[in-house]
Amino acid sequence: MANLKINGKTITVDVEDDTPLLWAIRENVGLTGTKYGCGIAQCGACTVHIDGVAMRSCGVTVSEAAGKEITTIEGLEVNGVMHKVQLAWIANDVPQCGYCQSGMIMAVAALLKENPKPNDSDINDAITNICRCGTFQQVREAIHAAANA
Amino acid sequence: MNQHVMPKLNRRAFVIGTATAGLALGLDLPFGGPSVVRAADGAPEVNTPEVNAWVVIRPDDTVVIRIARSEMGQGTLTGLAQLVAEELECDWSKVTTEYPTPGQSVARKRAWGDFSTGGSRGIRTSQDYVRKGGATARVMLIQAAANEWKVPPAECKVSNGVITHTPSGRTTTYGKVAEAAAKLEPPADVKLKDPKDWTIAGKGLKRLDTVDKTTGKMIYGIDVKLPGMLNAAIKDCPVFGGKVKSFDEAKIAGMKGVKKVVPVGDSAVAVVADTWWHAKTALDALPIVWDEGDNAKVSSETIAKWLAEGLDNAQPAYVGNQNGDAKAAIAGAAKKVEAVYSYPYQNHATMEPMNATVLYTPDKCEVWCGTQNGEAAFAAALEASGLPADKVDVHKLMLGGGFGRRGMTDYVRQAVAIAKQMPGTPIKLLWSREEDMQHGKYHPITQCKLTGAFDADNNLVALHYRLSGQSILFSVRPEALQNGMDPAAFQGVAQSGEAAIGYSVPNLLVEHAMRNPHVPPGFWRGVNVNHNAIYMECFIDELAQAAGQDPLEFRRKLMGKHPKHLAVLNAVAEKIGWGTPAPQGVYRGIAQVMGYGSYVAGAAEISVTDGSKIKVHRIVASTDPGYVVNPAQVERQIAGSFVYGLSALFYGGCTVKDGRIEQTNFDTYNSMRINEMPKVESVMVPSGGFWGGVGEPTIGVAAPAVLNAYFAATGKRIRSFPLRNQNISFA
Repeated sequence: MANLKINGKTITVDVEDDTPLLWAIRENVGLTGTKYGCGIAQCGACTVHIDGVAMRSCGVTVSEAAGKEITTIEGLEVNGVMHKVQLAWIANDVPQCGYCQSGMIMAVAALLKENPKPNDSDINDAITNICRCGTFQQVREAIHAAANA
Repeated sequence: MNQHVMPKLNRRAFVIGTATAGLALGLDLPFGGPSVVRAADGAPEVNTPEVNAWVVIRPDDTVVIRIARSEMGQGTLTGLAQLVAEELECDWSKVTTEYPTPGQSVARKRAWGDFSTGGSRGIRTSQDYVRKGGATARVMLIQAAANEWKVPPAECKVSNGVITHTPSGRTTTYGKVAEAAAKLEPPADVKLKDPKDWTIAGKGLKRLDTVDKTTGKMIYGIDVKLPGMLNAAIKDCPVFGGKVKSFDEAKIAGMKGVKKVVPVGDSAVAVVADTWWHAKTALDALPIVWDEGDNAKVSSETIAKWLAEGLDNAQPAYVGNQNGDAKAAIAGAAKKVEAVYSYPYQNHATMEPMNATVLYTPDKCEVWCGTQNGEAAFAAALEASGLPADKVDVHKLMLGGGFGRRGMTDYVRQAVAIAKQMPGTPIKLLWSREEDMQHGKYHPITQCKLTGAFDADNNLVALHYRLSGQSILFSVRPEALQNGMDPAAFQGVAQSGEAAIGYSVPNLLVEHAMRNPHVPPGFWRGVNVNHNAIYMECFIDELAQAAGQDPLEFRRKLMGKHPKHLAVLNAVAEKIGWGTPAPQGVYRGIAQVMGYGSYVAGAAEISVTDGSKIKVHRIVASTDPGYVVNPAQVERQIAGSFVYGLSALFYGGCTVKDGRIEQTNFDTYNSMRINEMPKVESVMVPSGGFWGGVGEPTIGVAAPAVLNAYFAATGKRIRSFPLRNQNISFA
């Protein structure tokens, strides 16, 4: 049993303490925008914000996340207005299959909060998500577009 | 921005639970029957008759275009809709799409044709009939307006879905006449537009499915929820061909959430639980004894040894392309060059692991999944359920990557087999990444011995290309073999057809000695073009070097009779500045191939540090696919194909030990990240008159362009992959 603060709401989930946050979000809370890709914090498809920091939710347990501010892709909009990263993603037509993009967008949103005008080298250091479709060129363009929005 | 994207119809039909609402909608078909379409979210429910199988127009002028092929990121959904809309002359901003189901198609004598989405054929093999579908609907809609006005249809014209009677200036819209049009007889024949007159097709329009992919709302197979659904995790025998000997379900009986432990066929065990996490946790704790069989003795070393034997000319081989007498010419040549290359198994590693959700009752079997081939998934569900065709259907969802893997139906069969043991309970089967890595349908393993021969004037007089290795068709589609031989093995080096060699050599012998290890092969983006392009294009570079000639000039001399191959090669050469000095420390490589009906070439600029750290600065890729339906998406497919191909080259390679695949996750089967992504510049040179594919062909030139640049930089040839085995990595 844990109290998770997700996208501004506190939700009690009846799961074991060591349940990965990813699966609590997907199966117990029912938010499926956060994706399972590897389960070993390699691919980044499950990236969410925990207290504003991009984290791979498959590698965080619910007991570690309890009480902290968790934001998922569904919570990135504010008052019905999309985040500038989402808008840049749409303007640059970034996704292909789209499966990794929730995690990619969450990683980028956290980067821009920390570093509002990242250069290419900053992007290379901060964005380590896997995209098997190979959208990286559009991802990079959209990051710069969002930074300049 | 068009927000009415395809899966909204599906999504609405599915149960969407959210934290705030916990809302559970009923389960329904994407559309209730062949002629009834449900409105998208927010719109009023209306029953609108279809104009024809491809086109439904609602009273509010919304145009629903039906797409039979599967969207997996390659943009086919948008491209096919563009082709229909082009002929339909509708308002693109009002276009939305939906999938018919294979069951509906079967019930209507395959009204939507082939569902299979592989071999880069989404657009090229359906463009004709989908355009006719749009054109036919246009003629019927105009006729309906003309009937209402009692005027000849020839006096009417249409633009953006608005029909105008030219003499009187009266207007109406598609939405107003769609119902009347649906009752008309379709015209027997329609004339399609000349592509030079296209205004919707041929343009880099935005994809129709982007918004939901940026908000987390897109529903993939893994996201399906049905009322009362349980979740299954599965382990198949890690040794291919092995069986389950026993499992001790008592050991996990008390574990939280566990509902049932079931055998799946004779080789796998699944745990069904309330959540997938519980199912997986219990499965990991379940003692399973495997009967691994003789395949447990197989390793990468034994496979390599077996394939090497196939390179020996004394062994029988299947000739795929031949002219002159290569063996004699080589024997009498002034100079001879020989090299042996090999290419490993590769896993597709789609970001979304395999999964399928099934509700089975004795009266009905319904499947929800991402699939590249709805009809194959349907056939698999038929067979696994034992039910007749009118009691089975497959609802296609967005694919979290396909690359060929989701053209297979193993995961569908497994899910049906599990659901059949729990009738009335919807079961979602999801593979762990580890299961996905170890139970792939791998890019086949091959070796190739290439021998080239020159006369005294350094002219190439003979080329012998001897492949040894695995046939995909032997395993996947044995009915496509010819007298037991695999003609697809020659993709990219064939005599003619959609994957023809681009060189003329006076004495040529291309042959394949089939060796089929127990590891199951599959169609992996680019398929046999991948290794054939590496072998041929790297060796052509070796021959150029042996002849002391520039790699581009050497190729050009052999390509006089292959103008389309040559045109794309010239296009990349010009764009990358071949023949002009590269920046300090930067070296270039070049390659070309034909595959899937398209002519492609690539050139790379790289630098190498310490002989082993490669930085790919720049890629130029050219394609002639005949026609380009959406240049923005073609550009993305080209760039993406380089990521897929170079990931495999640098990081990939699946090895076999004790009969099983050793790699289990992205830590041992890595993939390129953004910091390794080169700048990819696309040069599209569509020459018209034919339709080639886009998703796959350019992957063929990714690896050889970089490898040839690596030689230019270091003087070293790499002939065995992945590069990590040679301690070569991205800088």
